[in-house]
Amino acid sequence: MSDDMVTFNVDGNEVSAPAGKLVIEACEDAGVYIPRFCHHERMNPVGMCRMCIVEVDTGRGPALQPSCMLTVSDGMIVDTQSDVTKKAQDGVLEFLLVNHPLDCPVCDKGGECPLQDQTMAYGPGESRFVEEKRHYEKPIPVNDNVYLDRERCILCDRCTRFADEVVGDPLIHFMDRGNQTQVNTFPDEPFASYFSGNVVQICPVGALTAKPYRFKARPWDLAEVDSTYPNAMGDRINVQSSRDQVLRFQGVDSDAVNWGWLADKERFSFEALQSDNRIGSPLMRGGGLNKADADGDELVAASWSQALGSAAKAIADTTPDKVGFVGGARLSNEAQYAWTKLAKGLVGTDNVDAQLGDELPPHALLGLPRATVAEACQPGGVIVLIGCDPKETLGTLYIRLRHAVVEDGAKLIEITPTDTGLTNVASASLRARPGEAGTVARALLAETVSGHIGGVDEDALATARDLLGSGPVTVVLGRGSLSESVDSVLEAADAFLDVDGVRFLQAIGRGNTMGALDMGMSPGLLPGRTSLAAGQDAFSDLWPQLPNSDGMNTAAMLEAGAAGNLDVLVLLGADPINDALDPAVAAKALATVPTVIAVDLFVNDSVSKAHVVFPAAAFTESSGSHTNLEGRITAIRQKVTPPGTARSDLVIAAELARRLGHDLGLETPSDVWEELGPRSAVHGDVSSAAIEADVDGVLITATGRVAFAPPDQAVSREPVNAYALRLVTARRMFDNGTMVQQSPHLAGFAGQASLRVNPYDFNRVGVADGEEVRVSAPKGSVNVAARVDPGVPKGIVVLDYNRSGADARVLLDPGATSIDIRLESKGGKA
Amino acid sequence: MSIPKITTARWDVEDGHTLAGYERTGGYSALKKALEMTPAEVHEEVKTASLLGRGGAGFPAGVKWGFCPPGVWPRYLVVNGDESEPGTYKDRIMLERDPHQLIEGCLLACYALGLSQCFLYVRGEMAHGQERVAAALNEAYEAGYVGKNILGTEVSVDVVLHWGAGAYIVGEETALIESLEGNRGMPRLKPPFFPAAIGLYGKPTIVNNVETLSNIPWIINNGGQAFADIGEAPSTGTRVFAVSGHVNNPGVFEVEFGTTTFRDLIMGEEYGGGIRNGGSLKAFIPGGASAPWFFEEHLDLPLEKGTVDRAGSMLGSGAIVVMDQTTDIVKACHNVVRFFSRESCGKCSPCREGTSWLEKILQRIIDGNGRRADLALLMDVCDNISPGIAWPPKQTTICPLGPSAVSPIASVIERFADEFDAYLGEPSTEQAVEVR
Repeated sequence: MSDDMVTFNVDGNEVSAPAGKLVIEACEDAGVYIPRFCHHERMNPVGMCRMCIVEVDTGRGPALQPSCMLTVSDGMIVDTQSDVTKKAQDGVLEFLLVNHPLDCPVCDKGGECPLQDQTMAYGPGESRFVEEKRHYEKPIPVNDNVYLDRERCILCDRCTRFADEVVGDPLIHFMDRGNQTQVNTFPDEPFASYFSGNVVQICPVGALTAKPYRFKARPWDLAEVDSTYPNAMGDRINVQSSRDQVLRFQGVDSDAVNWGWLADKERFSFEALQSDNRIGSPLMRGGGLNKADADGDELVAASWSQALGSAAKAIADTTPDKVGFVGGARLSNEAQYAWTKLAKGLVGTDNVDAQLGDELPPHALLGLPRATVAEACQPGGVIVLIGCDPKETLGTLYIRLRHAVVEDGAKLIEITPTDTGLTNVASASLRARPGEAGTVARALLAETVSGHIGGVDEDALATARDLLGSGPVTVVLGRGSLSESVDSVLEAADAFLDVDGVRFLQAIGRGNTMGALDMGMSPGLLPGRTSLAAGQDAFSDLWPQLPNSDGMNTAAMLEAGAAGNLDVLVLLGADPINDALDPAVAAKALATVPTVIAVDLFVNDSVSKAHVVFPAAAFTESSGSHTNLEGRITAIRQKVTPPGTARSDLVIAAELARRLGHDLGLETPSDVWEELGPRSAVHGDVSSAAIEADVDGVLITATGRVAFAPPDQAVSREPVNAYALRLVTARRMFDNGTMVQQSPHLAGFAGQASLRVNPYDFNRVGVADGEEVRVSAPKGSVNVAARVDPGVPKGIVVLDYNRSGADARVLLDPGATSIDIRLESKGGKA
Repeated sequence: MSIPKITTARWDVEDGHTLAGYERTGGYSALKKALEMTPAEVHEEVKTASLLGRGGAGFPAGVKWGFCPPGVWPRYLVVNGDESEPGTYKDRIMLERDPHQLIEGCLLACYALGLSQCFLYVRGEMAHGQERVAAALNEAYEAGYVGKNILGTEVSVDVVLHWGAGAYIVGEETALIESLEGNRGMPRLKPPFFPAAIGLYGKPTIVNNVETLSNIPWIINNGGQAFADIGEAPSTGTRVFAVSGHVNNPGVFEVEFGTTTFRDLIMGEEYGGGIRNGGSLKAFIPGGASAPWFFEEHLDLPLEKGTVDRAGSMLGSGAIVVMDQTTDIVKACHNVVRFFSRESCGKCSPCREGTSWLEKILQRIIDGNGRRADLALLMDVCDNISPGIAWPPKQTTICPLGPSAVSPIASVIERFADEFDAYLGEPSTEQAVEVR
């Protein structure tokens, strides 16, 4: 037996467990379940509910001990069945029930309630309490989506610990004392957390309920399946439905990914998938009497036959170089392969790009040594956060990183232009001026530097440098701000490549971008993380039309489209009008290209300009798999049927191929892996069976043949103009994205765009907090409400991206290292 | 042998609370003497004195000081001045009348343990005590007794005052530490949170009571042995008791520890002066509201920790509450239970729900709505808070507050069954309830 195992006795059986394990968990591993309410395996023990109290003898005679606070030791004797134990547990359960309203018949939790279940299993069965129970107003909202019923609450501290310890939003707390103790928010401060839905999931009673689910179903009527939310983290979820309607997403505890947590943006977005705005049938340009008419003004319902025929004809009537495919990060891996095969293997064009030019380029996503989330979060490691704010964009990654720092002793060094959600736990925060992250990274890694580098002084650099040696380094790399050149982030990555054993975790935004790149949805790439040239041999036997030269990326396709040089543009879940960096070019392209084909869930601004629209099935409506930011492939499983005649993306590709005279040879997800596995340099271990087999899925560890391309030369820096402020654009958790806007309980959080300004700079402008100001950049100007934010350094302003009221893209200049703006009150005074 | 006044000597000195008055009466001489000794020698004197903690649990202070894990720094001294046990008001008077003695005691403890940071936590309601301690501390800083390089030596100690916000539970040391950290005053579970190992800010922390530390200057001046010679080992020295209730002369009295009896304290002319109006003793609480009650037959027990423990109660915080023959036992019992019910912090279920349930049952009995089965119910609820209802109590709770509410009920429910019966009415009038 190894040194770190101990042997103890539970209910007469000798069992062994790792030293340091809590008795409650060690017993559960040994098959003995001890009832509990406050204990949660992902949070620190607190020992409040006393339900898990058992008789434990450590050599000084048996004594009642809470098993959630006690670690196992050699020779310990645990008795979960003794009369003393049972009496105590019986008593605790009775105490928990004396003031519980027992309104189970109208309680959402009824049927899946730990209090109900444990009362059945361990409880006295009848009440001796004849006095009046505690009364509170019920329920009260703690925020827009979560209701709190204090009568049902058993004060287990789970929600309050979650808010404080797990996500760092300590906005709910115990109030009053004794029998009047209650959970509540502070006066006039709602529980404004991006993660509030988790408290509903972990509440062991029906005290916390979620508005989007309240009174919608009984647990025993729900059918469920484990699946993956196709966000960049690939959060594992349990999809629950009743009568073919998805009613709830619950987090699934995956060690590798989300530990059971979800951000509200994901948890409550099931509403979007049930929305009446979903497209239920193919659409085509129509004239009178709902007849398809390519010159018509409106989109009208059409048959699949009409739509497929029209789309296939448009593609067949032109040459491959005049066909472009934009988008695809929403799709499953399998659908991505099918569309890549259709575009590159059958149509023969390399004009395929799943990205919209607003994230890290493919070589930075595929060519850097990649870390898993667990590696990034390893105890004692060093996390370098460059250029992004995970709290706003990758909710569960934020939770994991925060845990690593707060609980596991990891050190966090930020190289970001402003405060992030992790700033208050960071060991060092280097406020690199926009465009100068690379310079700061090089200075950090240099032996010595003096003076100010990129806005950071030498002392701060020295402090951070001392931390670097304390453990293995992982760089969390993202492109948070679109107003600075991506080269500065790439330069920083290049600098860190010199660090021994460094690994990178790319904080991408769009869900299945990693899958899209692995499936070749990018100019110059083929499936299996290989280049067009290197992959020819593997695919030429199956793909008759393989292109010979690299095609256009999204920006080039839109330029070509606007210039009249594209005949067909296929939008795969893409909305260039709202997402491309140059909205004017995108709009012109969609107005100019003769045939725009869209595959989507909703009619967004770009889809509304399409000529043929195919309704696609969402991730709850078709099966497949998803690749997350660490390269982990997990299963997406169908739970409900798609609306109307919508079909899976894979089937749409296959049908379109058939109309083009080819058999794609792909009907089910497993067909894809059987075809791709032997041909891919990295997917050899992947099969549908392997993906299905493990909650943590299959992690791609093989490296491909795509090399990271550092910027040619050090990014040139514009001198800082004393009269100007440097612009940062920031993505927020809730924005005008389709899933948020189509979810009634999330849409309201997006709000209006605002400009956040340091108090010093703010005072110079001479406006009131919240008053509109004019932001002028060389390329354009917008009016936006300005707010004071001490988290923004002097000389910098932060403009929300993709929110209503101000389109930040008007100010952008993709070629510029950074963008300086002038700020004026609308009256014109500076 | 006449017993010296160790902690209350300056209570009759008009300006004893000022630095001038304190110095004039020998104040800070122990500090000067200690600075000539090694810290280990100071610690040794306290061990020799066998000074038992005066806060409630009665653990030897010198031994407690030795519990910090080696090599873990910083460490802190926390002074528990959150005296709030009903009937206890000795620390308050010490804070008001002789704050410098406490400060000197803190400095001596810090010196003995090599600490440089002391937190003095004073109960929120003790406004006058707070003023006096704050004024004294300012004087002591001014005079160089506290702060950097005390009296020109290399020794530096800072003392930080902190006022409580008015919660009884904060008298429990781990709850006090939580409160001091700025959190809600809720106790931590021991183990693992023994303050000497994981205390304030997660660091080793010694928590001592005001009276405990107020003894230290005398011990250093006169030697630990001189202290140990007073009283009956292990209850050495003197101890200050607060006598209240139905006595002729309620007050705070310093008496020899271990030898004086309850009868001396309650009936003695110089102390309690006997039961008021010539009445007779019905019951008394020997060590604060948490303690099981004593009666006539316990009067001749000495005020000695071991003896009282064996008799099934405790000296606790040194509060003796006397009840005469006019006392309604059920109401008195309800009164004490209500206190604990209201002061429960709400953290653990048995205390939060159990104490208020006990209070409600007692209230119902007093209101004339009691059932005979309620007596068994009371005892069973007590048993679920404190399994076995034994002394010292076992507990399903985190801290001893829950079992404290059990003490009065367990003390009286059988002995004064007739008084409960009087409230319950005739057995025959009771409606039988069929219970499956």
